[in-house]
Amino acid sequence: MTREEIKVYVMDYLGGRMTCAEFVEMVTDYLEGSMSFWKRVRFHLHLGLCFGCRVHLKQMQQMIRTLGRLPEAPVPPEIRAELLRRFRTAKTKSS
Amino acid sequence: MSEPQQPAEGANPEELRLLERLRQGDEAAFASLVDRHHNALLRLAMAYVSDHSVAEEVVQETWIGVLEGLDRFEGRSSLKTWIFRILTNKAKTRGVRESRHVSFSTVGTSDGDADEPAVDPSQFRTTGHWAGYWASYPQPWDENTPEKLALSKEGGAFLEQAIEALPSNLRQVLVLRDVEGLDSKDVCVMLEISEANQRVLLHRARSRIRRALEKYVEGGVRPA
Repeated sequence: MTREEIKVYVMDYLGGRMTCAEFVEMVTDYLEGSMSFWKRVRFHLHLGLCFGCRVHLKQMQQMIRTLGRLPEAPVPPEIRAELLRRFRTAKTKSS
Repeated sequence: MSEPQQPAEGANPEELRLLERLRQGDEAAFASLVDRHHNALLRLAMAYVSDHSVAEEVVQETWIGVLEGLDRFEGRSSLKTWIFRILTNKAKTRGVRESRHVSFSTVGTSDGDADEPAVDPSQFRTTGHWAGYWASYPQPWDENTPEKLALSKEGGAFLEQAIEALPSNLRQVLVLRDVEGLDSKDVCVMLEISEANQRVLLHRARSRIRRALEKYVEGGVRPA
């Protein structure tokens, strides 16, 4: 048996036969904390043994972090001015 | 009953101060709110109505809704969540009126609902004991990829385009959860979907963006 073969047998046995194709479909459930205890255990075992799935999970996390940091472009000045004008009017009316 | 209700416990003190200033008619406070959220609201409105000028109108209506509701806002959610909820309500109404609205109750019919794999199946082995395992490992991204991307003009534009390319139901979930960072429960209420349903949509949306980003990071694809 080669090292790789040993690894796949360990993965099958401990990881409860979770393939990488199955792993990648569980990433959001995992990140959302909605996995059952045993599923989470199997997920972690697979993760510990599989370089490709570690990379995949990391990519998903990096991507989510990136989405949370998208810069906001400045508001067009005429729209901004119009909104502030409405704010002034609303406040004068209510007070 | 004319007094605004006490905000919920645990409300962010900074936000309470902002709210106080808004109620007193502090224009700078309102300006900061507009600067912070206007374009984000527009991004979300575009997930409901395809026309840019209609989306602009929806956002304008949202700000009017904010002004009208400010004195009644009870602080049970964050100010941001409240503003985004006003937008989703206005956008839904507008979408129905324009009959371009993609209903959430019909999962399985719009193009974001095909049961598509998160990773191109060709990246996995198809035969033998290794079937379903990686055929070749994905390439790790540089540690600073997110920061570099979000800050570069080109990277930001690429991501915005990838978001715009999502079907509207996937886009709504992704924008509210990952771009705006709103709470899962709040998003379920806004979109009138179950948590399980939200996870499915979020997973599809994230998977599509990751695939697009992978192509971008590994070179070649650039924003149009």
